Amino acid sequence: MSELESRRAFLEKVASTVFAGMVLGGQPVKAGAEPLKVELPPRPPDGPILPELEYEDVLVRMQRDLERALNKGTIPKWVMVIDTRKCVGCHACTVSCAVENKLPPGVVYRPVIEEQIGKYPEVSWRFLPRPCMQCDNPPCVPVCPVGATWKRADGIVEIDYDACIGCRYCLVSCPYQARTFDFGENWTQDTPGQGHMPYEELPTFEWGEVHVRKEAVIPHSPVGNARKCSFCLHRIEHGLLPQCVTTCIGRATFFGDASDPESLVFQLIHQPNAMRLKEELGTEPRVYYLV
Amino acid sequence: MRAWGWILYGVLAAIGLAGFILRFATGHQLAGYGSYVPWGLWVAAYIYFIGLSAGAFLLSALVYVFGVRKLEPIAPLALVVALASLLMALITIWFDLGHLERFYYVYLRPNFRSMMAWMVWLYTAYGLLLLSELYFALRRHLPRYADRRGVTGFLARLLTRGRKTPFTEEEIHRDEGILRVLGTIGVPLAIAFHGGVGALFGTVVAQDLWHSPIYPILFLTGALLSGGALMTAVYVFFWPRKDERWREISLLLGRVVLGLILFDLLLEWAEYSIPMWYGVGPEFKALWNTLFGPFWYVYWVFHILLGVVVPVLLLLALGLRGRIGAIGLASFLVAVTFLAIRLNLVIPSLVHPKLEGLVHAYHDHRLTFVYFPTWFEWSVVVFSVVLGFTLTYVLVRILPVIEGRLLKEVA
Repeated sequence: MSELESRRAFLEKVASTVFAGMVLGGQPVKAGAEPLKVELPPRPPDGPILPELEYEDVLVRMQRDLERALNKGTIPKWVMVIDTRKCVGCHACTVSCAVENKLPPGVVYRPVIEEQIGKYPEVSWRFLPRPCMQCDNPPCVPVCPVGATWKRADGIVEIDYDACIGCRYCLVSCPYQARTFDFGENWTQDTPGQGHMPYEELPTFEWGEVHVRKEAVIPHSPVGNARKCSFCLHRIEHGLLPQCVTTCIGRATFFGDASDPESLVFQLIHQPNAMRLKEELGTEPRVYYLV
Repeated sequence: MRAWGWILYGVLAAIGLAGFILRFATGHQLAGYGSYVPWGLWVAAYIYFIGLSAGAFLLSALVYVFGVRKLEPIAPLALVVALASLLMALITIWFDLGHLERFYYVYLRPNFRSMMAWMVWLYTAYGLLLLSELYFALRRHLPRYADRRGVTGFLARLLTRGRKTPFTEEEIHRDEGILRVLGTIGVPLAIAFHGGVGALFGTVVAQDLWHSPIYPILFLTGALLSGGALMTAVYVFFWPRKDERWREISLLLGRVVLGLILFDLLLEWAEYSIPMWYGVGPEFKALWNTLFGPFWYVYWVFHILLGVVVPVLLLLALGLRGRIGAIGLASFLVAVTFLAIRLNLVIPSLVHPKLEGLVHAYHDHRLTFVYFPTWFEWSVVVFSVVLGFTLTYVLVRILPVIEGRLLKEVA
């Protein structure tokens, strides 16, 4: 209440000063004269702050960065940057990821953690999208008894769905709980309709391979497998940004090559407000958060 | 009494069979675990069974390696129980796999940085070792059965290549020597594979409760206690001849069980008291939840009351004063309720969220931090138990496991 009052008092003060300035300062106002021209400062979404800078959507910039990274001849270092200040918690990334990878119920690659701070009415929310961290020291890799998951040279932690035996040791070992198990469930299960919906029978292209999931005595992979975010490797390979990046309505998710100093992500992760989750475990995640 | 036993067996077998069929027909869909609590009853049951196996084996090693002659009569039986428990453990964990048909990949393309790969390889070695130990422990009795019809006669002829002359003292002595060598290999092997199971959990940095150097030790002590208690209960209740020697051995085993209960309790005190002392942090929260959370009774009723207090009182007040039945009952309680300890090793760390708020991020029944085993999961465990019991029973029926004779002859 007191805060509200002081805010009102402040606004009143400001307003009266402005009006006083309009009346007292400058030329005396004559009747019939031209109205006073007030020049508003330009606002960022509408145009450039400085006239010589062109406004460009970060997606266009990242697309250019991506093409450069794919054509430069050396192995890129893929990283993702998430600006938590821009995330509004719309879950568009979660949904688009599920669509892109045709995820069944219970399998999720990029949930957005919602955290309420304070209690009503002094309350705010913060959001934390959580893709796979693609750790440089991934705890999920050494535990796999059959070597079905490994760290690629470009930094992505890959899973071979045709080798995974489904022991779920990697699920247990991930400090970010970024892996989920495909129990073979379907969205239409226990619903009145008959059979699957067409989208449930589409193949997934994760890891650049074609898999059609099916529950059976011997399930068709990735049913019965550990699954996780691949940074949309199959899209990257075709010069496309990860689906969660392109669908972020607030442009809060960035993707690119951290070994390229010209890239947007390079510049972002070198800012002092870049942080990573659970640094103390030494996992060296490839996902940075701007706070 | 006997009839009731068979009725119980029949009911359990039916439940187990239902679980077995459901596991193949529906995969993991009826199980209660999910992606945030990825392991459940089956993993707990598996480390329980494998502990029974290691414990029973180490008991046999007392005879074959350390020359504790007094326990000699139960050594072959301990090997049989170890073999049956190993089978129970492996079948349970096999059912836990998402792709049952790919289990052999652990042999074809092992990753030896994984404790799990080590475990499977060590089990295989251990299983082979158990079979050969059993062979060398029993083959001296086999020529007597070479003329028999049926499975016993067939096995006797097969394993001794049709030999009918009894084994000489010299040959038996040589077999004893081989047994000592095999047992001597077996002891570090059993310590390695069961300590390895402890390490499988202990090395996981993401799980605050597991990530403790006491885990391998805790697993080994647990194996000795649960396996020793199981063997004691089996010996006290099912040994066909209840003579003076039976009394003596039972008393000795009863004292061993009492000592191990108390030692295990001491280690558990270390496991709980150290992380809880500050009263803050994830370990404290998870342990507090184990003690006073929704499943408090697993700890207090099944573990402390039925697994420690009652058995200790039974042993001190009755068992070690000559009431052998009380030793059997106390040991039976310890062996059965040990599953509660195994459950409390596996589950509490998993139901503790690793990222606050994750549970509200995406709603699904596989993405929660609540776990309770379903009937389906229990029925699959029952299948393993019935299988282990059947194997033990069949082996003592067809092989001269008890005092060099078949069960029917001794009874």
